[in-house]
Amino acid sequence: MIKVQLREDYSNLIFYLSPLVAVALTLFFGSFIFLILDLSPIESFKIFFISPISNSYGISELFVKATPLAIIALGLSYCFKNNIYNIGAEGQLTMGAIFGGGIGLLFNDSTSVFLLPLMILFGAIGGAFWATIPAILKTKFNTNEILTSLMLTYVALFILDYFVVGPWKDPAGYGLPKSMPFPDAGRLPVLFDGLRVHIGVYFAIIICFITYIVYNKTLFGFKLKVSGLSSKASKYAGFKYKNLIFYTFIISGACAGLAGLFEVSGPIGLLYRDISPNYGFTAIIVAFLGRLNPIGIILSSLLIALTYLGAEDAQLFLKIPSAVGFVFQGLVLFFLLGTDFLNKYRVFIK
Amino acid sequence: MKKQSLVLVVIAAIVVIAGIFFITNQNIQKDVSDDQKKIGFIYIGPPGDHGWTYMHDVGRQYLEQELGDSVSTTYIENVPENADAVRSIRKLAESGHDLIFTTSFNYMDQTLEVASEFPDVKFEHATGFKRADNVSTYSARFYEGRTVIGHIAGKMTETNTIGYIVSFPIPEVIRGINAFYLAASKVNPDVKIKIIWVYSWYDPGKEADAANTLINQGADIIVQHTDSYAPCQAAEKAGVLAFGQASNQEAFCPNAHMTAIEDIWGPYYAAKAQAVVDGTWSSEDTWQGFKDGMVEMSPYNEKLLSSDLIAEAKAIEEGIENGTIHSFEGPIYNQAGELVVKEGEVADDGMLASMMFYVQGIDGEVPQ
Amino acid sequence: MSIELIIGILNIVLISTTPLVFAGIGELVTEKSGVLNLGLEGLMLVGAVTGFITLVLTGNYFYSLFLSIISGIILSGIFAFLVLNLMTNQIATGLALTIFGIGLSAMLGKKFAGTPIDGLNPYYFIVISFLLVFLVGYFLSKTKSGLIVRAVGENHNSAYALGYNVIKTRYLTIIFGGVMSSLAGYYISICYAPMWQEGMTAGRGWIALALVVFATWKPWRLLVGAYIFGGVAIMQMNLQAFGVELPGQFFNMMPYIATLIVLVFISSNKVRLKLSAPSCLNIPYEKNS
Repeated sequence: MIKVQLREDYSNLIFYLSPLVAVALTLFFGSFIFLILDLSPIESFKIFFISPISNSYGISELFVKATPLAIIALGLSYCFKNNIYNIGAEGQLTMGAIFGGGIGLLFNDSTSVFLLPLMILFGAIGGAFWATIPAILKTKFNTNEILTSLMLTYVALFILDYFVVGPWKDPAGYGLPKSMPFPDAGRLPVLFDGLRVHIGVYFAIIICFITYIVYNKTLFGFKLKVSGLSSKASKYAGFKYKNLIFYTFIISGACAGLAGLFEVSGPIGLLYRDISPNYGFTAIIVAFLGRLNPIGIILSSLLIALTYLGAEDAQLFLKIPSAVGFVFQGLVLFFLLGTDFLNKYRVFIK
Repeated sequence: MKKQSLVLVVIAAIVVIAGIFFITNQNIQKDVSDDQKKIGFIYIGPPGDHGWTYMHDVGRQYLEQELGDSVSTTYIENVPENADAVRSIRKLAESGHDLIFTTSFNYMDQTLEVASEFPDVKFEHATGFKRADNVSTYSARFYEGRTVIGHIAGKMTETNTIGYIVSFPIPEVIRGINAFYLAASKVNPDVKIKIIWVYSWYDPGKEADAANTLINQGADIIVQHTDSYAPCQAAEKAGVLAFGQASNQEAFCPNAHMTAIEDIWGPYYAAKAQAVVDGTWSSEDTWQGFKDGMVEMSPYNEKLLSSDLIAEAKAIEEGIENGTIHSFEGPIYNQAGELVVKEGEVADDGMLASMMFYVQGIDGEVPQ
Repeated sequence: MSIELIIGILNIVLISTTPLVFAGIGELVTEKSGVLNLGLEGLMLVGAVTGFITLVLTGNYFYSLFLSIISGIILSGIFAFLVLNLMTNQIATGLALTIFGIGLSAMLGKKFAGTPIDGLNPYYFIVISFLLVFLVGYFLSKTKSGLIVRAVGENHNSAYALGYNVIKTRYLTIIFGGVMSSLAGYYISICYAPMWQEGMTAGRGWIALALVVFATWKPWRLLVGAYIFGGVAIMQMNLQAFGVELPGQFFNMMPYIATLIVLVFISSNKVRLKLSAPSCLNIPYEKNS
């Protein structure tokens, strides 16, 4: 009989071991999938996990993909730590792209060095603005933020659609729903010539560092922890719970907005539909996989980014449909989420 | 959490990644053999969509068959039209592909971005308008097919109401509506078209709803410029007529499907691949229709159409082929009543490529 | 406007709204017990593809319906195991389920895309959907088991103290939700647009989520809400066909904005909120604490 018992002590060993258990489970079940598809499991895993990052371009792409995920997930961790479930990061990302990108289009003949900083600022403001709506609704009307932030995501996507189909359509674009490209001064500098990895990486690292400090060294971080455990406790301690909600929403919205702006002013360079491959939703998974720990989030964003790249390589080199990549990714997520259980509980056989 | 252990984990992760990098960098070799040319395709959807991507895949298979062992082909499906597309296109270029077809409009900037980095690789971008030394563009004059189905619809409709389901207001789609209406109203001046924008290339449920709505409003012929065969199925069920889209969809609606405008990419793909094999490839803009076989009509349904009408339709095909008929022959007026194409002239390609207005007689406005 | 035209419009609304009713009523019961399942889209797709494949292979509607339901039970069972036994975060797990479902359905259906089938008459399902809403309404408000479901969703700790089995209740409601989602998917691929194509549910799972909130977790309001959502979409098409030009994006935004307004309205009043929203939504239940 398998027995389960709540852990009284916190085990560091298990904390680091549990992802390995997840990897082992993935390898085991993944092998089955590959065997069914008549592929060599070892070769397939190599394609999935190693081939995507086997040259400098691949590593650069890993960071291109992981940067928005990490930035959004770091922002979300503030909310989640406070037990506030903002799941509308995709909408906040879109608003960031609209605000920041709008600045880029407004000054489309600018060569000023201040254009990009202004776009970045407006990107963050746009995301934060969109996140304050659920925050206000939550604090003023006690509305469930999970649902409002989700609804607002769709509203934001339609607003972007409105702009690229209507007022911001490129006059030279043959009527197609695309804006004109941002001026060079509004493009995010890349770190290395010929690679797409951009200065967003620095932002991710800085945000990670700040978050680490905030969580471990500041009163604000302490307040988050306390109110996350119990909103009543934080009231007793004299914290203004409503203010905390506002701050966490604004931080996470600004981060998502930044990520959106980086995406359009970095790799894309203009505005149109489909700017984000669901980064806002994937980042939620990244945040939980990283156990809401800043460094954990960086690692999990890299891992999730790798599964995306692996799925692309698998199509090319293994000639399997893109769907297999999704299935495999779903499995990895299930196992990673599931093994978190080991952190809280001791499992033994009696 | 202990800080030391965190630092240790981070260092360990870096070491592992770096290790993997160095080990595998030597292992993965690019199998570029000189005698065989590798041709890559980027698809927006799955080849099983029985519409746009399906026809590109049919073209790819035709290419393989025609050129045999001198080429090998690869495709990547479901490539989103965002920053990820660059990586997929680049992966093909990097892994030794000599010719890469990117088969959706929104891959335009991404294709050019990769092309500038791989000057020795040839790129072919479908339906775009930006070219480079190693980037060609190609598209089909689907509107010529719309002229044929417009003629048939004008003759076949009894309610004088034709339902038209469309995706997004872009020139390609507007051009199709205009060509269709000009041909239909020529043979039947009373004809009216009712247009529904579903704002999606692909949503079978919504497309079926739109078809049913149009049928309910009195349309007895359904025309579509979206990708699934749901509208044709809906027409079949309601007992009205329809035209297929992109590929022959008769199997799904045998009693409604009069004909379809088919996208025939195979010969073009084979010719461009042959040019790469021979070393004669050059950057060009290709816009072909019936004449070069890039657009074809599916077999006309003899159960539904009289032999006279089929003969007329074939005569239009022939006329367009040999240049005696043009889909946009003057005089053509816009909705405001202004003459846009003079009597005795035809619309030039520039006007066609950026057409964003309805011709006179169509109700409603082009959505902005 | 002739009477035939109006009947025709109502007919189209009925056909196009039914998947929302199925998916919505299932999610409503799941949420009533305090679990938020964001994996509807994945569940619907897998339900759609298993039903379709079975129909192609066996030609038997009963088997195809049966296997479609089984697929819903298995997938939602996995979700239940993760969130109930392993106490994973419901939001993250639901999103992972969506990714998994999209991939699995596309992988299974690869060889079957574009196979013609004979669709099933949608009216059976429309009738069933109405019956289900009625039954769920009766179950939740009038039966003891329904009371337990609500108690578990309201406060799992007191429900446990009263001797109810929280985990078992939630397993059942999650699986009910899964079965309803797969029925919604089955309806789409067999009745509504008889075909299989990757991603053919086109986001209806997410609209169903909005619908549950819009309905303030009340079954009969869910039915009304679904028909408002569906009706608005079909009305928009009718207006277009009549030549009235509408900004498409704003019309498409309507369901979400309407849901937001309803949310604000019900939440602003504590009493009203207590009568509708399950308090324990998305809060994990730990038996030992």
